[in-house]
Amino acid sequence: MTNFKSFIKNNIRQYAMALALVVIMVLFQIMTGGILFKPLNITNLILQNSYVLILGIGMLLVILTGNVDLSVGSVAAFIGAISAIFMVQMHMPVVIAVVLCLVIGALVGAWQGFWIAYIRIPAFIVTLAGMLVFRGLTMVLLKGQTISPYEESFQAMANGFFLSDVFKVGGLNMIAVITGIILSLVFIFLEYKNIQSMKKYNFETLPLPITIGKTAVIVAAINLLTVSLAAYKGIPIVLILIVALIAIYTFITQKTIAGRHIYALGGNEKAAKLSGIKTKRVMFWVYVNMGLLAALAGLVVAGRLNAATPKAGTNFELDAIAACFIGGASASGGIGTIIGAIIGALVMGVLNNGMSIMGVGIDWQQAIKGLVLLAAVAFDVYTKSKSNAD
Amino acid sequence: MSKLLLEMKDITKTFSSIKALDNVNLTVRSGEIHALVGENGAGKSTLMNVLSGIYPYGTYSGDIIFDSNLCHFKEIKDSEKLGIVIIHQELALIPYLSIAENVFLGNEQAKTGVIDWNETTTRTNELLSLVGLHESPNTLITNIGVGKQQLVEIARALAKDVKLLILDEPTAALNDEESNKLLELLTDLKAKGITSILISHKLNEVEKVSDRITVIRDGRTIETLEKGKDQITEDRIIKGMVGRDMSHRFPHREPKIGDTILEVIDWNVTHPIHDRKVINNVNLKVRSGEIIGLAGLMGAGRTELAMSIFGRSYGSKITGTIKLKGKPVELSSVSKAIESGIAYVTEDRKNYGLVLIDNIKNNITMANLRKVSKNSVVGEHDENVVAEDFRKKFNIKSSSIMQKAGNLSGGNQQKVVLSKWIFTDPDVLILDEPTRGIDVGAKYEIYTIINQLADSGKSIVVISSEMPELLGLCDRIYVVNEGEIAGELPRSEATQESIMKCIMNHAKGTA
Repeated sequence: MTNFKSFIKNNIRQYAMALALVVIMVLFQIMTGGILFKPLNITNLILQNSYVLILGIGMLLVILTGNVDLSVGSVAAFIGAISAIFMVQMHMPVVIAVVLCLVIGALVGAWQGFWIAYIRIPAFIVTLAGMLVFRGLTMVLLKGQTISPYEESFQAMANGFFLSDVFKVGGLNMIAVITGIILSLVFIFLEYKNIQSMKKYNFETLPLPITIGKTAVIVAAINLLTVSLAAYKGIPIVLILIVALIAIYTFITQKTIAGRHIYALGGNEKAAKLSGIKTKRVMFWVYVNMGLLAALAGLVVAGRLNAATPKAGTNFELDAIAACFIGGASASGGIGTIIGAIIGALVMGVLNNGMSIMGVGIDWQQAIKGLVLLAAVAFDVYTKSKSNAD
Repeated sequence: MSKLLLEMKDITKTFSSIKALDNVNLTVRSGEIHALVGENGAGKSTLMNVLSGIYPYGTYSGDIIFDSNLCHFKEIKDSEKLGIVIIHQELALIPYLSIAENVFLGNEQAKTGVIDWNETTTRTNELLSLVGLHESPNTLITNIGVGKQQLVEIARALAKDVKLLILDEPTAALNDEESNKLLELLTDLKAKGITSILISHKLNEVEKVSDRITVIRDGRTIETLEKGKDQITEDRIIKGMVGRDMSHRFPHREPKIGDTILEVIDWNVTHPIHDRKVINNVNLKVRSGEIIGLAGLMGAGRTELAMSIFGRSYGSKITGTIKLKGKPVELSSVSKAIESGIAYVTEDRKNYGLVLIDNIKNNITMANLRKVSKNSVVGEHDENVVAEDFRKKFNIKSSSIMQKAGNLSGGNQQKVVLSKWIFTDPDVLILDEPTRGIDVGAKYEIYTIINQLADSGKSIVVISSEMPELLGLCDRIYVVNEGEIAGELPRSEATQESIMKCIMNHAKGTA
């Protein structure tokens, strides 16, 4: 029993937000009269929030270095405008246009990273300037107009489904169901391997019942998701993209030298530098990466709206930053995880979606989201000060 | 016998069932300098925090009697009102405010909320002359050195009508000359009727100035020694602190010296901002298996010299040649220096040595992740083995390699930093103040590690402001003064006196 208590105490911060997400979901499921978990709405939830999830991943790396990027919304709009010019006006092939757009996004990131990393101008200022510059350039490119429509193959990236009509049994898209089962098995295998290696080094492992419980909850969540997706049109293509991004970036941050360098830079830049870490270069590439992901988010938004508009991406940066902080990242850098940022983004997404279904106005939605952000970080600070006092 | 100013009776303080203080008694007489000594973690700081009200009345048991009154301090302000002022190890000055503003911070000379600057400046001048600091009250704190900042802290305490001044490791960041000045000041203040409690690891200082010495070990008062009555020597105090005789403060070593490994030739470094030469035509060499020392006063340029060699991490317009094993090398970045086999252990482990929010394991492998990685992917197995190995070998007291570096004591943090650099497999290790702020027991362990490294054929450069440390460790000592090598002394000729003489002669020569 003491074991269980100490588990709760030591892991409360790690799991609190995941628990909060579950609670919020259940709450809205009840308050919306069961609409939240309907297959159509689950699919919508993913499509609506795809941009925050993508931006949140890039923003987490930025926040790990102890900075923020205020320009991502404007950069997303800017890339959206360029994509419209390439594809709608110049009729460029989709693949080439997408690749070009991503390259331009990375160049935008390189531009900002140059000023931040090498000229040492505070990131807040550089990206605030970027926010204005790229919003302005978006309007210049679009001449204040909306450009549309895109080709269908481009729209599919944001709105389409993976092999929607190929293999259906009783109205269920079996590809989604099977994917869910495969993912569950992969998860169980990874968890098992992890525990084995923890035991090998005599690290404190969770008590077995808790491990089983945790695994069961996650496996259930994966399958609930895939089955409800299967009941609608199958797996959204953008979800595949996001899951791939989560996997890639979790791997980079947790398992590679580059990831370790980002954490070290954010944890103590001077110590990192004196340990031979090329801190400027790391900072530069974090912003290049952010530019790349902002471009990707811009393309997804343009594809979803099927238009490039001058106002696209407004306030996206704030959603992404909020997602990271709700997910437990530290504003002073060095602390945070990709999964945390994803959970933070989902908390905000479910709040948006649930309140919209209930007919809560955009005014109250904003206010409530603001309070949730404050409460999440206050909780974080509170538990931290408590664990330090012991 | 003079009257008692402070009496702390049977103080007991527990942190989640661990007794940090166990019936501690401390009596301080009016007008004395009372030293409080003990190893790190013995409970000195906890006791002072109880006294100043940081741990409010009710969270501990026992009585505090100050000036014949029973005191129940709820916060620091309560104790300050009675004239008890603590100057902490980490100075609490605001760098971009002036001396005057800092002296009266929180105690502004104001009428109805408007600051009277004339009054402030005049009184600051008075206080500064009292502490012997000749600086304008308008000078910014950031523009004066640590030694002078320490004096500003004391001026600030005097501005509050201090009766009992508590100094926590006041000389930890000072060189011998500055330390002497500060100790003289304490004696001066004593003559003016100000009582002080001095917490210090530097036992020679304690021995020099204090009237009585209370030794604390494992949260208990062991003894109080009195000058004149008891025989007070460093060895006697150490015996009380560690509970055993420490006849040898430095582990024995037979030097096995080989060929020259590092050679620095005609090295010149300019200050990165001001156009001023910091290092002037320095030549030195280290052989394998040899420990050399860089002696000198604070600001002599020893750290600057070391850091400029370590991948040009300090200074601009660097000229000169570095030879490693006879071959000239270009160490233009820290990573190149590491690859070439040089390691630099900083004097400031919290700001420049460790990522405090990260765990022991990640800190140890930080400077050489490639060694535990394949294709840029960190091998967790190898990494854990390496970290666990260092934890055992150096006796890093911790729950596991996953413990945060920030939660370790100073000595254990230093062992982590040492592990990090030993893991880069250097030929030359430069250790800048390797035992600063570390207790006697941990110091011995660090010395042992240094000796083992030398025995394994590595070349060691030790920078230290504690001369006994250099004399106890080094085979050869370079005396550095004002950015130049003022002399080179083999072990047989090196004494505190000969080093000081070297500095003085050089200072005369350049003046």
